[in-house]
Amino acid sequence: MHTSTLSELARALEAGETTSEALTRETLERIRAHDGRYNSFITVAEERALEQARAADQARTEGRAGPLTGIPFAHKDIFCTEDLLTTCGSRMLENFAPPYNSTVAQKLDDAGAVCVGKANMDEFAMGSSNETSYFGPVTNPWGDGLVPGGSSGGSAAAVAARLVPAATATDTGGSIRQPAALCGLTGLKPTYGRISRYGIIAFASSLDQAGTLTRDARDAALMLNTMAGFDPKDSTSLDREVPDYCASLDNDLSGLRIGLPKEYFSDELSPEMAEQVRNAVREYENLGATVKEISLPHSHLAVAAYYVIAPAEASANLSRFDGVRYGHRCENPQDLNDLYLRSRSEGFGEEVKRRILVGTYALSAGFFDAYYLKAQKVRRLIQQDFTDAFNEVDLIMGPTSPSPAFAQGDKTDDPINMYLEDVFTIASNLAGLPAMSIPGGMVNNLPVGLQIIGNYFDEARMLNAAHRFQQVTDWHQQVAPNGV
Amino acid sequence: MSISRDKIEQVAWLARIRLEDSEKEALEGKLSDILGMVDQLQASDTDGITPMAHPLDATQRLRPDEVTETNKRERFQAVAPETQDGLYLVPRVVE
Repeated sequence: MHTSTLSELARALEAGETTSEALTRETLERIRAHDGRYNSFITVAEERALEQARAADQARTEGRAGPLTGIPFAHKDIFCTEDLLTTCGSRMLENFAPPYNSTVAQKLDDAGAVCVGKANMDEFAMGSSNETSYFGPVTNPWGDGLVPGGSSGGSAAAVAARLVPAATATDTGGSIRQPAALCGLTGLKPTYGRISRYGIIAFASSLDQAGTLTRDARDAALMLNTMAGFDPKDSTSLDREVPDYCASLDNDLSGLRIGLPKEYFSDELSPEMAEQVRNAVREYENLGATVKEISLPHSHLAVAAYYVIAPAEASANLSRFDGVRYGHRCENPQDLNDLYLRSRSEGFGEEVKRRILVGTYALSAGFFDAYYLKAQKVRRLIQQDFTDAFNEVDLIMGPTSPSPAFAQGDKTDDPINMYLEDVFTIASNLAGLPAMSIPGGMVNNLPVGLQIIGNYFDEARMLNAAHRFQQVTDWHQQVAPNGV
Repeated sequence: MSISRDKIEQVAWLARIRLEDSEKEALEGKLSDILGMVDQLQASDTDGITPMAHPLDATQRLRPDEVTETNKRERFQAVAPETQDGLYLVPRVVE
């Protein structure tokens, strides 16, 4: 069953060909047997998952089953799950079992989905290679010694290895799309405010958005149907109707207008990568779309603006970890400052400390206007670029990442080089736009991601475009050589 | 731009992060690189541009002032490192 997509498993459950308990046992067995190779899970929730599975089977016999009832999946370890360890990849939260559920966890619980465990991730979602996790790096099933991307690297590796059919994830600057690209998956980051942030451990609150890593667009649509929606507990949640994202998957693409930003095909992108992306876009022309070059003239400022805004917000969000109410506390604190200083220094890893320091600096007296306020103005310019572009086109396409999966250790000593992994993905977070990555080609036998950026709340059109592409190509069906 | 050792120490104190001397040395280079990259922003023309706080310019919602949460002190304190009699324990602050 592990080669099946989420949709196929849902059909098998519905037809009575299998049970959730059987699927869940098989999933847990495969994780136990094979995850040593990937390290994609921080916590495996065996007992809890089997209980959920039996409840799902019961619900089905009582006629209360929905499309996700009984489906095993993984949560990125950033989503608070009641009484189930939620570490955020950090020593700081090594022993933290939340007293409440995130809204996403609650919705998936209510839908009868079965959480088999919590996926590894970069510490506090800060990283693009899943090498900053306190619980060790994650290995990409496409090759030993290769990174899966980050920060949702565990979620991506678990799906790419066929341990689970789907995983939740979060994207602050590319943390869903870049791992999707490097692991050959479909990654969806919806519009800012589309999915509740309540109970997701905050990194940069004005950029964070939850989404999915799946094998194909249909599975992403199924997950989004359950995860999306207004939540009064999230102060930036937006109250818009949630359409049935599956209903429009097969729509005809004739007349779809696609824009290719010339800035995304610059020197940062190798000729081989560019060729794969252009080939993928050609498929859209065959499907009836028109393609034109567009310009997003402030693109070159996106990474700089992001590395002010994200660390600034992170430094404020992470000030809550004080060794008093939850999280790591140092031994024998001498006084209150000693408690703060040592608990935080022991609890946070190197990259997290670095970003807290950058953010604290940017927000400190005398620097606020020059850094944070300036970056928020540039952010407006970047958004305006997109608004102008969407007057002319329906979707924007380009590469997701500058290169395919790279070797572990390659970029760990060079933060700037690592930050440039997200050079094509950051702008849509700054603008709050929905964006996806789907498998669009191969370079050196490694997957290449095609990025699709949509207008606000246009997830249905993006999923439609992704699905139609996946009906005429088989990049998304390529199997990682080290998969199970 | 580069950042001095003194400034790093000051910012680390503000953030309540303790740094070893070896960490400070590595940070001088890396933080200077990051701030240098970020300085690209200064060259952009943002005269008359309103800073962006929310992508869809949403404002903070108001809700009726009603009690909606129940008391969960025991649940919340179960995850605290040290508590006593329903209170969080910290080192003595007032002598």
